[in-house]
Amino acid sequence: MERQSLVVIGNGMAGMRTVEELLRLAPDRYRIAVFGLEPHGNYNRILLSPVLAGDKSVDDIMLNTRAWYADNGVQLHAGDPVVRIDRRRRTVHAASGLAVRYDRLLIATGSKPFIVPVPGHDLPGVVGFRDLHDVDTMLAAARAGGKAVVIGGGLLGLEAANGLLRRGMDVTVVHVTASLMNQQLDPPAADLLRASLERRGLRILLERQTAAIAAGAAGRVRKVVFEGGEEIDADLVVMAAGVRPNVELARAAGLHCERAIIVDDTLQTYDPRIYAVGECVQHRRATFGLVAPIWDQARVCAAHLAGSGHRRYVQQATATKLKVTGVDLYSAGDIVGGAGSEDLVLRDRRGGVYKRLVVAGNRLTGAVLYGDVADGPWYFDLIRNGTDISSIRDHLLFGQAQAAA
Amino acid sequence: MTPSIPILSSTVRTTCPYCGVGCGVDARVGADGALSIAGDAAHPASGGRLCVKGAALGETVGLEGRLLAPMLRTGTGLRAASWDEALDRVAGEFARIVAQHGPDAVALYVSGQLLTEDYYVANKFMKGYVGSANIDTNSRLCMSSAVAGHKRAFGEDIVPGCYEDFELADLLVLVGSNAAWCHPTLYQRIARAKQERPQMQVVVIDPRRTATCELADLHLPVKPGADVWLFDGLLAYLAAQRAVDHDFVDAHTEGLADALEAAGRAGTLLDVARACGLDPQQLLRFYELFARTGKTVTAFTMGVNQSTSGADKVNAIINCHLATGRIGRPGMGPFSLTGQPNAMGGREVGGLANMLAAHMDLEDPDQRTSLQAFWDAPRMADKPGLKAVDLFRAIEEGKVKAVWIMATNPLVSLPDAGQARRALERCELVVASDIVAGTDTNALAHVLLPALGWGEKDGTVTNSERCISRQRAFLAAPGQARADWDIVCDVARRMGFAGFDFAGAHEIFDEHARLSAWNNGTDGQRRRLFDIGGLAGMDRAGYDALAPVQWPVRAPGEASARLFGAGGFAHRDGRARFVPTAPRRPANLPDGDYPMVLNTGRVRDQWHTMTRTGRAPTLAGHAPEPFVDMHPQDALLCGVKAGELARVTSAWGAVVARVQHGGGIARGSAFMPIHWSGRTASDALVGAVVNPAVDPVSGEPEFKHTPVRIEPFGVAWYGFILSRGELPLREAAHWTRIQGRGFVRYELAGRVPFAQAPAWTRALLGLGDGDDDADWIEVEDRSGGMVRAAHLVDGRIVSCLFVSRRQDLPARAWLAGMFDKERFTPADRLALLSGRAKEPGADPGPTVCSCFGVGRKTIEGAIRRHGLADAAAVTACTKAGGNCGSCVPEIRALLAQA
Repeated sequence: MERQSLVVIGNGMAGMRTVEELLRLAPDRYRIAVFGLEPHGNYNRILLSPVLAGDKSVDDIMLNTRAWYADNGVQLHAGDPVVRIDRRRRTVHAASGLAVRYDRLLIATGSKPFIVPVPGHDLPGVVGFRDLHDVDTMLAAARAGGKAVVIGGGLLGLEAANGLLRRGMDVTVVHVTASLMNQQLDPPAADLLRASLERRGLRILLERQTAAIAAGAAGRVRKVVFEGGEEIDADLVVMAAGVRPNVELARAAGLHCERAIIVDDTLQTYDPRIYAVGECVQHRRATFGLVAPIWDQARVCAAHLAGSGHRRYVQQATATKLKVTGVDLYSAGDIVGGAGSEDLVLRDRRGGVYKRLVVAGNRLTGAVLYGDVADGPWYFDLIRNGTDISSIRDHLLFGQAQAAA
Repeated sequence: MTPSIPILSSTVRTTCPYCGVGCGVDARVGADGALSIAGDAAHPASGGRLCVKGAALGETVGLEGRLLAPMLRTGTGLRAASWDEALDRVAGEFARIVAQHGPDAVALYVSGQLLTEDYYVANKFMKGYVGSANIDTNSRLCMSSAVAGHKRAFGEDIVPGCYEDFELADLLVLVGSNAAWCHPTLYQRIARAKQERPQMQVVVIDPRRTATCELADLHLPVKPGADVWLFDGLLAYLAAQRAVDHDFVDAHTEGLADALEAAGRAGTLLDVARACGLDPQQLLRFYELFARTGKTVTAFTMGVNQSTSGADKVNAIINCHLATGRIGRPGMGPFSLTGQPNAMGGREVGGLANMLAAHMDLEDPDQRTSLQAFWDAPRMADKPGLKAVDLFRAIEEGKVKAVWIMATNPLVSLPDAGQARRALERCELVVASDIVAGTDTNALAHVLLPALGWGEKDGTVTNSERCISRQRAFLAAPGQARADWDIVCDVARRMGFAGFDFAGAHEIFDEHARLSAWNNGTDGQRRRLFDIGGLAGMDRAGYDALAPVQWPVRAPGEASARLFGAGGFAHRDGRARFVPTAPRRPANLPDGDYPMVLNTGRVRDQWHTMTRTGRAPTLAGHAPEPFVDMHPQDALLCGVKAGELARVTSAWGAVVARVQHGGGIARGSAFMPIHWSGRTASDALVGAVVNPAVDPVSGEPEFKHTPVRIEPFGVAWYGFILSRGELPLREAAHWTRIQGRGFVRYELAGRVPFAQAPAWTRALLGLGDGDDDADWIEVEDRSGGMVRAAHLVDGRIVSCLFVSRRQDLPARAWLAGMFDKERFTPADRLALLSGRAKEPGADPGPTVCSCFGVGRKTIEGAIRRHGLADAAAVTACTKAGGNCGSCVPEIRALLAQA
């Protein structure tokens, strides 16, 4: 049987994981072509922070080298992004002018940093924190020393700030709300985190709305100005105020999008020949930023591409760990809770430990751990498995060993 | 913190200050200043044995909470005063009140904890110099029925036998005595005797199936208060079965016919069995056993004495021994077991309001005159004074305007404790001599006088078998504390009385000994058996060397193990009296409002109001909390559950205690321990519930029979605190204080749902708002009803709190161990509030063996793992039961359950 053509737009973690899964299930079903914006093989974006911090090298984080593509018969067009999808002709057009017909198309364009649209956001010295190029820019700035301002006190921003601090810069984190990592942490945990980061030398400014980025004499970034007039010096500004799904291409192709590309439980878009996975998709109102659900998507999507389409994608609770050396932080599931949810809390400020477990009914639905995260995976299992915890509720906060005692 | 113990001498032989067995104690002060306690093998009463309370004496001599200086109450509180100021106040007020209102407007209320010498001068002071017999003692609450019974039967307050008789008897009847817990070393003697001679029969007559029943061949669970029926029935049976020893009766007694006539009113054996709530077969078995066993000892204690028929119960027992002539010979006789260490000594010097010194009679004018002459006393009391319960009524009525309380805590120990409190609140002058500062009673005193405690004071005590032993000092007087006799003599001198210039306790003892021989059987006076003339004339060295000796000691070197074996009773005609004892019901009977009968008593490891044993961590584990023990079926009817709290209410007051089963309580009855006071629990003062009905002859209150109602005490949460320091506990509706090793434990319960942590938890652990930076660990599951918190300083735990809406709090034993840690590791910090070790099985369970700190789970585990078959094997394996042996019955029970 003649191989069908599968085109993958996006040489990132979601797309390539889907390809790997697909090769395992149906190695001979497709001729596969992969288009990527970046001129590299596929690397682990999650580990950009350790690269920035100097804990890992670029080679350490490569997932699929160019040799891998060759060995697996996958045609890689790195550095040649797709610029248009012609659904009627089932053809993609790359920036180089290359056009490839597809029987199946997989969109895995990911997301891009949200650049706060303030005056000066496009000055030299303002970067996002998304790819190896951004890391190179930051490392170059760090070599020159000086002051860095990271806009955004979320997971990404704090990891960037920590990296720059480790590279010798004087770093200030600017956050718009009153507590750091407000997606993952409750205020008490955020306070512990803040104290710990400040002890490490980070300066943290909360409840600051950035009004403008001002240039110096050389036309490079010089200052960050806040609403209210306060301003601080900056030689480098890192925008880490969130990401936006990268959906222009899909939208232009007429695929149904809301915040991202709408997919069903099989990761199929509104065009039956086109699938999408990763940070560029929206599944039942949710978009994705963490790796675990994306691995799930890749597995389901690959199964359907392989023609053995019995799997359905089901959203699962997710867990996060902050990759800042010496800061143990773990967040899993729904940490906000709602009507009918109950909190189990352990506070040990001097000991630097905070744990909050969210319980709804007899199930654990969320966990925030600070300082002692050893039981994070256990909690995560309990959350994902929907285990009835009523018999171990009193021991839950003290971890798996205690609950088993 | 404990000041170091001052050392006088390195090894001293002394006597235990707890129960009436009067065991010999070797107190050794080691080179490091630490006190070690061991049994004195040479002491005749105990032969080296000690119970757990005695063995833990070393834990009770610290100076925490001691009264160390005289104190005077001012408008705002207490202030320290000089001895001169305090004693001038006492002497001046006593003199003024006597002058204005007569001698009966003042009173002394003293204690079986006093030494004979203290007792002697207190009695001399009141009865010969103040001129009133208003000196009564807490012995009124325990021994006065026995005293009355002895006097009626024998003509004098005499225990005819000795402990050896318990070992020689072929039948030992224990009536109203839980000797296993209350006279443990004597019980061990009995147990050993029975082991050697298994044919020896032991009968226990007690409404409860106590630990003592472990040894019993027959347990008769008599209905509370029905003992007179039982022994009247026995007397009638003995007569009917021709078991009466007519030779003895004819030669040495009077009144058998009248006694038999009264006993006949108890009815037939079936009537008696019904009145006693006993199986007629079992009753008959006991009667037959008694009738055919010559060597019979009937030992009795509080279950007999603490009754409105107490004196009659004693006489009903004695009647049976007189009828069979079984008295004063080896292995036979009625035997009154004394509750306190020196109730006997107090009785010898006339410490009760209706006695004179040296077993003289207050109502015998010849003896009054004789005593007055001996003392050269200015103003002799000529009528009996007020007995304890009446005394506190007279105080409340304002008839007695000044009371001097010594070495006792009547606000805890008297019945109708609410009345006692009202009385002291209204009293013009309350003086208290005590060793501890904070007691319920002392809180109402106007003058507090610091007395010497055990180990510091010096004198003699007399135990249940008439054995006089020395208590010797081996610790220096702490602070400004003085001997009780010295304080009394000083007040007497300040009131202008001669005859109180004693250079030391030995001089008082000498006067006491001389008095006992004074006009004794001469000059037309009644011959008194209490005669220790043979001990007169000792100097300080001779007194210090005095070896334990049983009186009478008429001549030097004499000693008397038994009396009355050949008659020679103390009535003028030398004959004993049968006392007719028509049975009657207790004063207050259960009814619809108060359907249950409350019995009270001691637990194994505590003594009286816990002012001393309450300090010993070793003794806290066995029964840490006040409890009400009842039959599970009754609990069901009352709507209360084991482990939960219940309110016990009588017509006189109410208490709250934790419900438990397993004390062998019959349907319709409940049992509560007497030990807890306002200092050790929020609401467990049993005296507040006990009815103030007293025996018409002895004046002894009916502690063993109060109608009560038992209801659930609903709470919103349970909790406990372990804390290095004392805490005020304003937030808890119910609390009990328990001494731990290096910490205090509070068991708590609250009726108001707990407030927002952490403010609430901080308040409970005594941290204010200003302590925001405190090292504080906290866990809460508010909707799950759990809050836990701990406060650390310098890496050591200071206090921790565990609260739950349910009865699911973690074991205290494991947490107690955390107080030994000098430095918490991060793992310790995390584990602490989990309340348990990560390894299962580390929790030893509730303490069974206090001596070695062995818990129930440990013993159960050992029995299971090693297939242990008997108590000796358990001891070999776990050490439990290897020291004092008082937990052996419980170990046997665990073996039986296994």
